Amino acid sequence: MKLTGAEILCESLTKLGVRHIFGYPGGAILPVYDALGKSKLHHILVRHEQGATHMADGYARASGGVGVAMATSGPGATNMVTGIATAMLDSSPVVCITGQVSSKVLGSDAFQEIDITGITMPITKHNVIVKRAEDVARSLREAFLIASSGRPGPVLVDITKDAQQASCEFNWEASAPQLPPKRQRISYDQAEFDRAVELLNSAKRPIILAGHGIIVSGAMRAFQQFVRVGNYPVAMTLLGIGCFPANDPMNLGMMGMHGEAWVNNAIQESDLLIAVGMRFDDRVTGDLRTYAKGARKIHIEIDRAEINKNVTVDAALVGDAGEILDKLTPHIQARDLGDWVRHIQELKGDSAVRDIQSLPDNGHLYAAHVINDIWKETRGEAIVVTDVGQHQMWEAQYYHHNQPRTLITSGGLGTMGFALPAAIGAKFAKPDSEVWVVVGDGGFQMTMSELATIVQEKINVKIAIINNGFLGMVRQWQEFFYDKRYVATPLVAPDFAALANAFGIRGERITSRAEVVPTIRAARQCSETVLLDFRVEQEDSVYPMVPAGASLHDMIRRPDNPLVETATEP
Amino acid sequence: MQTLVAYVENKPGVLNRVASLARRLAINIDSLTVGPTENDEIARMTIVAHTDARGAHRLEASLEKLVDVLLAENISDRSLLERDLALIKVLADQKNRPHLMELIKVFRARVVDVAPESLILEVSGTVDKIDGLLEVLRPFGVLEMARTGRIAMTRGGDLLRPPVALVKATELETTGSK
Repeated sequence: MKLTGAEILCESLTKLGVRHIFGYPGGAILPVYDALGKSKLHHILVRHEQGATHMADGYARASGGVGVAMATSGPGATNMVTGIATAMLDSSPVVCITGQVSSKVLGSDAFQEIDITGITMPITKHNVIVKRAEDVARSLREAFLIASSGRPGPVLVDITKDAQQASCEFNWEASAPQLPPKRQRISYDQAEFDRAVELLNSAKRPIILAGHGIIVSGAMRAFQQFVRVGNYPVAMTLLGIGCFPANDPMNLGMMGMHGEAWVNNAIQESDLLIAVGMRFDDRVTGDLRTYAKGARKIHIEIDRAEINKNVTVDAALVGDAGEILDKLTPHIQARDLGDWVRHIQELKGDSAVRDIQSLPDNGHLYAAHVINDIWKETRGEAIVVTDVGQHQMWEAQYYHHNQPRTLITSGGLGTMGFALPAAIGAKFAKPDSEVWVVVGDGGFQMTMSELATIVQEKINVKIAIINNGFLGMVRQWQEFFYDKRYVATPLVAPDFAALANAFGIRGERITSRAEVVPTIRAARQCSETVLLDFRVEQEDSVYPMVPAGASLHDMIRRPDNPLVETATEP
Repeated sequence: MQTLVAYVENKPGVLNRVASLARRLAINIDSLTVGPTENDEIARMTIVAHTDARGAHRLEASLEKLVDVLLAENISDRSLLERDLALIKVLADQKNRPHLMELIKVFRARVVDVAPESLILEVSGTVDKIDGLLEVLRPFGVLEMARTGRIAMTRGGDLLRPPVALVKATELETTGSK
């Protein structure tokens, strides 16, 4: 059967199980759009190609499958760069398809020609330019395989216009991936494994550092089993949230720059770190020279390049987290770590009493209240997609996730503008799930044009803008480290509720604590998208905080009574 | 200084990916040589990098993550044969030519081009040897020089073969056992 390259592309995507494509048309990709119109693929028209990549990313993170974004050549392709980098840093399987000028004019600075494979080389797991219709199917199959295997990541496939237009014989079976043969490395030897077992069975103050790799590996069951048998307390990275139920007594919460004090102190006092599917990011370790000085370290990680990168470890088990945990668990001797677990509980001290949630209403609206109320009202079962900044950290602290893939957030790259488009992608992946966007007034203004996409696609997400009139996290740094010189952080915003109305979306403004729960309830009742503009305390800060470069135990702690303190300020 | 050997797909863009990766990891490359192997589809690279063992491990592991890299290996700690080749155009007039010829002999360099006022020498050997020759030639006036950068090979039975043959062998094995 003879098909054009464009038709082969659509056929191949269908055969690869793709149902949704997030994209934006243009000259160099038009043959593909023409073929799309004749296929059963659902194309979602975005308002900016960055949005398309974040949607594909959100789709991938919510579903565990591959997300697909599409754009034309030149500016269409370059607009994808931020989204591709976001997916790269968080190991998200995204396939980006870009149109390219005809192979005959490649290299001539033709209209909308740009070397996108060159540009994206350092921010993709792999990329390829396809110049022949005959190579379209195989290249796509290879792209999907590369994006989703091992440590996942984004792959870009750049297809010249003539390759889209030319016709050739389409033979799916003959287009199987032909990746170069790789040397098969032994992940770890028996001695390494035995050393890990020995460390696991002799530690007195062990703690697990649970990361995104557990979720990517689908190793939740294996991980729970491992924790159960070993009685190990669990600290999570931001992207690890959801890999282990928040309501499990062994779950201490998030570690790192804005981790709770008892979590960071437990790490510093431990004698064994069991790192699973995480990469010792600087936001997690603080100053490496003082990081967990008394602890031996085991690193379970699929990417060999991460071993001994930031932290030198005593045993490295390279491979799939689930497989390795399943091998380790039978060798673990159940021991009583009661003293250590009790000690960590003591480290919590009076935190529960000082919790902002239990303090009385003083007339001020705090972000922590809003997020905690969203958690309570959704019974912790919503998919929450956050942007980057203070609200992101408050979400991690006050929304307690029990299921994997229910917190979707840009961790590694810290991309503002991620939340709204990523939530759209997540909703397409999980149409039956309740999806909440938690976003700041800064990040929302970066990609709010995607509200039009929501309306055009008639999807239902709930948008909570944590609106403090500042670029809050940067303001917080200015408050702590730059003598409150608020340069370029006060932020004017439109009336978001009115803006929502202009798009045809219901919008509400909330200014008091008493309104929060009723508004959330009403929004959840609504079968359409609702935007809630929470006007929260302007100069609230995220605590605790490990200043950049400081030791992990060197935290700026929560004020004794944050409500009273800020309430008495003029 | 760390020495790595990599087998890569012999196709356009791969050198760019390797160089781009080293740059991204903030590892400075001292020399990078690439040439075909006995298999047309595979090229062999020798990478000499300004880094420590930890950096070399990261480079090696990151290189192997590239789809087009079949194998990368840090061979710095092994018994190695290293060679660098240089062509050196040096001023040689009637007066200093005899003296020059003596030095060339000592360094086992070869004269590969003779002109009235200059010679081109070809010399191969370790980096130290070529640096040494260069040092003594400098007073005569070095007009031009081209160096290949290092190539390296592990000695004796310590083989570093591209994985193609291995994969084929296992394939044969599997088909055989069925």
